[in-house]
Amino acid sequence: MATAMSLVRPEGTQSSGLFSTFLVSDLFFCIDVLQVQEVLRYQPMTPVPQAPEAIEGLINLRGQIVTAIEMRRRLGLPPRPEEMAPMNIVVSTTDGAVSLLVDEIGDVMELSASDYEHPPANIDQSAFDVIKGVYKLQDKLLLVLDAERIADLTKWRQSISN
Amino acid sequence: MDNRSSEDQETIREFLIESHENLTRLDQDLVELEKHPQNPDLLRNVFRTFHTIKGACGFLAFTNLEKLTHQAENLLSQLRDGKRELNPDLVSLILETVDATRKVLGAIEANGEEGALAFGELTERLRATAQMGEASVTKPVPVQAAACEPAPAAQTAAIEQKQSEPQPQPQIEVPWKELDPRAAEDRRKGQRRQATNGDNEEIARPSAVDANIRVGVGLLDKLMDLVGELVLTRNQILQFNAEREDAVLNATSQRLNLITSELQEGVMKTRMQPIGVVWQNLPRVVRDVAVSLGKQIEIKMDGADTELDRTIIEAIKDPLIHLVRNSCDHGIELPAVRMAAGKPAQGTMFLRAYHEGGQVNIEVGDDGAGVDLGRVRQKAVEQGIVRPEHAEKLSDREALNLIFLPGFSTVKTVTNISGRGVGMDVVKSHIEKIGGAIDISSRQGEGTTVKIRIPLTLAIIPGLVVTSGGERFVIPQVSLLELIRLETDASGKHIEYVHGSPVYRRRGSLLPIAFLNQILGLRTTIENEALSMVVLQAEDRQFGLVVDGINDTQEIVVKPLGKQLKGLTLYAGATIMGDGHVSLILDVLGIAQRSGVFGELREQIRTAEKAKNQVELEQQRLLLCRAGSFQRLAVPLSLVARLEELPQSSVELAGGGRVVQYRDSILPLVSLCALLEPGVPDTNCSADPMQVVVFNDGDRSVGMVVDEIIDIVEDAVTARQKSARRGLLGSGVIGKRVTDFLDLSEVIGAAKSSWLKSPNRISDSKVILVADSSSFFRNLIRSGLAMEGYSVVEASNLEEALHQVERSSPALVITALDLPPKGASLLASALRSRSEWKSIPILALTDSEVQLTSCDLKAGQFQGCCAKLDMSSVCSAVSALVTSSQSKARELACAGEGAN
Repeated sequence: MATAMSLVRPEGTQSSGLFSTFLVSDLFFCIDVLQVQEVLRYQPMTPVPQAPEAIEGLINLRGQIVTAIEMRRRLGLPPRPEEMAPMNIVVSTTDGAVSLLVDEIGDVMELSASDYEHPPANIDQSAFDVIKGVYKLQDKLLLVLDAERIADLTKWRQSISN
Repeated sequence: MDNRSSEDQETIREFLIESHENLTRLDQDLVELEKHPQNPDLLRNVFRTFHTIKGACGFLAFTNLEKLTHQAENLLSQLRDGKRELNPDLVSLILETVDATRKVLGAIEANGEEGALAFGELTERLRATAQMGEASVTKPVPVQAAACEPAPAAQTAAIEQKQSEPQPQPQIEVPWKELDPRAAEDRRKGQRRQATNGDNEEIARPSAVDANIRVGVGLLDKLMDLVGELVLTRNQILQFNAEREDAVLNATSQRLNLITSELQEGVMKTRMQPIGVVWQNLPRVVRDVAVSLGKQIEIKMDGADTELDRTIIEAIKDPLIHLVRNSCDHGIELPAVRMAAGKPAQGTMFLRAYHEGGQVNIEVGDDGAGVDLGRVRQKAVEQGIVRPEHAEKLSDREALNLIFLPGFSTVKTVTNISGRGVGMDVVKSHIEKIGGAIDISSRQGEGTTVKIRIPLTLAIIPGLVVTSGGERFVIPQVSLLELIRLETDASGKHIEYVHGSPVYRRRGSLLPIAFLNQILGLRTTIENEALSMVVLQAEDRQFGLVVDGINDTQEIVVKPLGKQLKGLTLYAGATIMGDGHVSLILDVLGIAQRSGVFGELREQIRTAEKAKNQVELEQQRLLLCRAGSFQRLAVPLSLVARLEELPQSSVELAGGGRVVQYRDSILPLVSLCALLEPGVPDTNCSADPMQVVVFNDGDRSVGMVVDEIIDIVEDAVTARQKSARRGLLGSGVIGKRVTDFLDLSEVIGAAKSSWLKSPNRISDSKVILVADSSSFFRNLIRSGLAMEGYSVVEASNLEEALHQVERSSPALVITALDLPPKGASLLASALRSRSEWKSIPILALTDSEVQLTSCDLKAGQFQGCCAKLDMSSVCSAVSALVTSSQSKARELACAGEGAN
């Protein structure tokens, strides 16, 4: 099921490791590749009534039940067009695996530490909590996602209610 | 061995298994010790092993073995304490002891007794060696001591010889083959290997050691997980099979089904442990507590062999100990107190465990003082857990359950045993965490029993699959009581509404109902012709849950939900269905709480028993009557003065109203029928004689004509619902039937209005004009003032108000500040502009948002101001203004918060 990922390597700079990249709306994100358990196509999902809005449902990952988080809602982005089926990135966190529903899976990239910068202060609060930092690529900005925080919805609910 | 009970047998078996294991380790340790004689850890291990065996022997009354191991222990303690040094001779001696011990153990296993295996000589030798060691302490050179002992080289050689060559053991009466093969191992090695016959027999009959192996818990858990997966896969195969007609697949899947079930059962059994494992240290706990408190307590246990899943056993350990300590400390009284109460000085505690309907019940009880409910209530108030007025209203059962609240303790002094107020709430939460329920019952002076109900296992449970809003959900079978199908034509009648809450009459008692769709916020996808309802039990209460459809029952594997969903009390977990889809498992208690079927603590739907305990305040005597289409109308009996039967001939007309002469006064009659259903032909006033309920209103009376007086009931009103209908306060449930409550002020008001219209007005009651655009508020104020004895005229705008003032010359005008068209100020100035109206005081009513500024009052436009909804302030302001206007005093009266 896992989609083939090509490896993109920068030239001659100090590497800060490999990252899986993906698109959510117009935002370009990445997660440390070691945290990514697997990447799946759209999976049938069981909705959880009365659950926090960001939770899209539960998927059966070979007998393991994994909570799927709709990244667009999690980040307060406009909903995905209906004809667009989301992809699952299953990431492992300290509290077990969580599937992130994203628009598109990108390449696995080796990123250079010199391009790294802390997140700017003016980004939206709901996104600020979950973005560790930014890699300045030549043509675009790559946001490093904090999987642990993405999976932690307690804070999210607070920021919504505030 | 016949004289030993089966429990003893079990203990001995465990002793044997453990001892054999220990001895095997001992062999290794001793050999190792010989290489590193100074290693204190090894010495300690060896010592401990002998010590353990000795202790167990003493307990099991194997005296010979006890003596032997005791001597070995003595010797080893000297070594351990550094009083002497280890030498090969000593090691040999100890090894010989090990072998001897094995032999005795073998004999015990074979026929349950030590037999004649005394090993007196060996014991004596050990004793002598130890004594020599003691003596040698005084000597400066320990090596010499070893040389001095009466086990010279010759004897050492003999000992070594014994190891390789069996020394004759005439005292052994047991045939070798019945002994533990390991015990005889070295003997056989030295002897001959050809005894094939005997060897085979030994192998054929497994000993306690061979028949048991110790397996890591982790491995068992892993196995359980795998079996869970297998069960899911089996379910998938079965579903797949059902879809096609393939004989081979069918047969194979049936076989798979059977094997999986058996495997599941088997693996489950490996994790099962008797509850006695947890109980065995309780007698000690009881004894210690009893001694420290000066009490005499006997503990009785029943059902110690009841088996439970390992994880559950672990989980209930601490709660059980806590409950037992609690019973000893709070429950059972001091001997003197018991004697005084006519009970035996020795208190009895009992522990009982038994299986019931897929669950295990555990009871912890005592015959002590019971829970002092008065004290519980008092304490709960003192500790601020409940308000005083609330505490009195609590039923006994509810009061008893207060002890499960955090921080609650009734003990006067904190002891080291209990009374710190941490406990029962923790016990409860522990039990609930593993899906159990706890219940306490107590009779003062007779004792207390705590009953715990817990599931057998947590991993795989039977569940009922239901659908709701197009999704499947699983309800754990343990919570399920019955399934009810509500047919279409009757379903409207089957579900009734009390206070807006749906209920169902099930075998004569009301069952609160919840709709799964509503709870989960799902839309019903299909318009069902018939409703399906599952009757569920959460804690000790029952409710009905209406679902879209009921599928089937299945064995499901409970999988935990992710952390993100832990906060949702609606679900107990999730499972994977036969088709690979994930389904949520409903948490019945959470569902009940979310839907409100159990309500708040004081609003609980009560069972018949609870209703009996209900406090007087909620229980009132009610007069039930019938009028027109209203079959059950209730009036508080306390308001009823008399019930009369009056002949039609006595009715006279007075000013358009019907009156009778009654006890030297004029009693106006109000037809309830006409009041409640204006326009419908009046039935009650045509009957002869008429049924009249007479009410006292101040110094006058009103007669209410009804069709029939049904009954006077004394029953709890379980629920109330407000009614928008004129003349009705609302409805409630009395004696399991929905009953309407009559608004008496309306009845009296109706009598008043006819009174007013009568030309010869004998009343000096004041007329008050209420001007407000909202008929709701007008009604509200009118009913309030009617009870105070005022007559009320109404107006909805300025024009009407002025018209009414002209017609009825009110003593007071009450107006809303926002009176149409342009506010109350216009009315005020209009009144002030005419001299005859100047003196009429005006009371302004405000919403909470619209505040009357003080300058409005100062300007003299209004004489008072009240909040609209504060009826008591309105009434007091009205009476103050009416009185003051009579004395022509222009005093500003302010009442209510609105003016401040």
